[in-house]
Amino acid sequence: MSDNLLEVSGLMMRFGGLLAVDNVSLQVKPRQIHSVIGPNGAGKTTVFNCISGFYSPSGGAIRYAGKAIQGLTGHRISRLGLVRTFQHVRLFSSMTVIENLLVAQHRHLNTNYFAGLLKTPSYRRREQEAMERATSWLRQVGLLEQANREAGNLSYGQQRRLEIARCMVTEPGLLMLDEPAAGLNPRETSELDQLILRLRDEQDIAVLLIEHDMGLVMGISDHITVINQGAPLADGTPEQILANPDVIKAYLGES
Amino acid sequence: MQRALFPALFAAGVTFLLTCLVIGVKLEQVGSELTVTGADPATWGWIATAVVIVFLVQLFQSPLGTLRRRLPAIEAHGLLPGHRLREQLRPWLIALVIVGLCVWPFMVSRGAVDLATLTLIYVMLGLGLNIVVGFAGLLDLGYVAFYAVGAYTYALLSEYFGLSFWVCLPLAGLLAATFGCILGFPVLRLRGDYLAIVTLGFGEIIRILLNNWTNVTGGPNGIGGIDKPTLFGLEFSRRASDGGETFHQYFGIEYVSSHKVIFLYLVAVLLVLLTLYVINRVQRMPIGRAWEALREDEIACRSLGLNPTVIKLSAFTMGAAFAGFAGCFFAARQGFISPESFTFIESAIILAIVVLGGMGSQLGIIMAAIAMTILPELAREFQEYRMLMFGGVMVLMMLWRPQGLLPMKRPHLELKNP
Repeated sequence: MSDNLLEVSGLMMRFGGLLAVDNVSLQVKPRQIHSVIGPNGAGKTTVFNCISGFYSPSGGAIRYAGKAIQGLTGHRISRLGLVRTFQHVRLFSSMTVIENLLVAQHRHLNTNYFAGLLKTPSYRRREQEAMERATSWLRQVGLLEQANREAGNLSYGQQRRLEIARCMVTEPGLLMLDEPAAGLNPRETSELDQLILRLRDEQDIAVLLIEHDMGLVMGISDHITVINQGAPLADGTPEQILANPDVIKAYLGES
Repeated sequence: MQRALFPALFAAGVTFLLTCLVIGVKLEQVGSELTVTGADPATWGWIATAVVIVFLVQLFQSPLGTLRRRLPAIEAHGLLPGHRLREQLRPWLIALVIVGLCVWPFMVSRGAVDLATLTLIYVMLGLGLNIVVGFAGLLDLGYVAFYAVGAYTYALLSEYFGLSFWVCLPLAGLLAATFGCILGFPVLRLRGDYLAIVTLGFGEIIRILLNNWTNVTGGPNGIGGIDKPTLFGLEFSRRASDGGETFHQYFGIEYVSSHKVIFLYLVAVLLVLLTLYVINRVQRMPIGRAWEALREDEIACRSLGLNPTVIKLSAFTMGAAFAGFAGCFFAARQGFISPESFTFIESAIILAIVVLGGMGSQLGIIMAAIAMTILPELAREFQEYRMLMFGGVMVLMMLWRPQGLLPMKRPHLELKNP
């Protein structure tokens, strides 16, 4: 057995006549920040959607922790510990911040109706635990003061952080972030940078990252995969990628 | 004070002139001439009072103003009690309403109690459908099917197996819930309009089935002679059935037919309170939060490991169960049911109650249910125009208050001392 947490091999995704993802392979090792970069429309998000089960891939294999997951539905993949965010913020905006975090823990909670109707001790205890986990994550992303505000009223940067917290309360093994820095100012980006590093170092999770902000990507990634027009272009450490002439040509532009 | 005197006198004078001209004197036609007649002394008395009040208010305007400026602090705490006080008052208010609901039928006519019972059935149906439409955001146009399932469950079990109302009540809920689950499982993958059409079809299928399965359901003739609920085995009839005992015999009182009506009403109150309790709890439970989250963003829910089908199915099933309870009670109250009671228009009325009341809001739905059942009774002379009025009210509501009478304010869970 390999020591890879996530192993994607020969991934294909075809939409009618369009081959959006062509033979992409990547390996994410435990406790690693792995970035996927590429020009707009290169198929990065499609790869994400295939891995997280929102698309059913046309071909190839995806293994998470040794288990084949291609073709499973989104919620089942997420229950295995592979949780993602989206390019656009998808919070439950009319619910409060704390409720957003409680919804995310739905499957950990006691969802037995009778226990809930009668408020049994085990039900209360689970609710209490969920509340504590939510509180602790709010503290970690610095949103504790906003706990009772509606999520839709938070600033954009706060919403982004809340989204990550919401993923983290599900206790994932691999966190997939789709352009988390999009629309953030430089200060918020550097905070995000620190947060992602902390997730890797303190929570022992792996992070799969799609990002356009090269500073962020080069600064924190352990490994980078470059995709261009659906096909893999390069794969390596940030130094190798920066030195790769193909990448410079396709992505960073010819000088 | 001195400065206020002249404006006050002026205002009083204007008031006097205006009231005199408007209500103090009247022009009357006597023959071909107009004569001025004065009002009766009582009216003059009222005019004088009004003038004095205006004068005094104007005179003491500034002291009153300062007083009012001092008031808001008291008002905010007194009239609109703080959050904590409201929380404290809440159980008392609820107790007061419950006591009122229980005492009220003994003071009014039998017809009024009967109408109230009918209203309570609609309240229960509205609250049940609200789970599906308001909380989970699934448009169900065939809700009446589950109501029919509940009613026929009791009617058939009572006719063929002689089971009592209290045994059948949970069974009716359970069977309706099962139907909800069976229907929901394949169709809840559908979205919005498609779901509405499938549920509409389901509602019709159930009705037509009941209409045509003549040897079991009696077809269009319906089922009659359904037993009324009993109070721990005590019947509310003039004469006891074989081996039974009646309420008035047991307590040694005169037989009064209104006892039965009041008892039915109280059973309905009990069922509605139970429904309210369950819904209130469910709203605060993880499943209630999941419904709202699913309504807001299904994709995000999936990415967090929530299974949308199961969550929607739970709303559908729970809504159906309440319709089953309501149907069972309806059959017991009417004593006679036929497929005619379960036409599409019933579904439409229940949906109208939910929409008018404000989707998701329970108080709003109760008010809407009251309005929808009592207004047609009050306007019996306009029987033929009932649907016209119904449509008119709907159009006006959508223009004036599209969010419903009392739009939902879901209880937010709060983090104490963050």
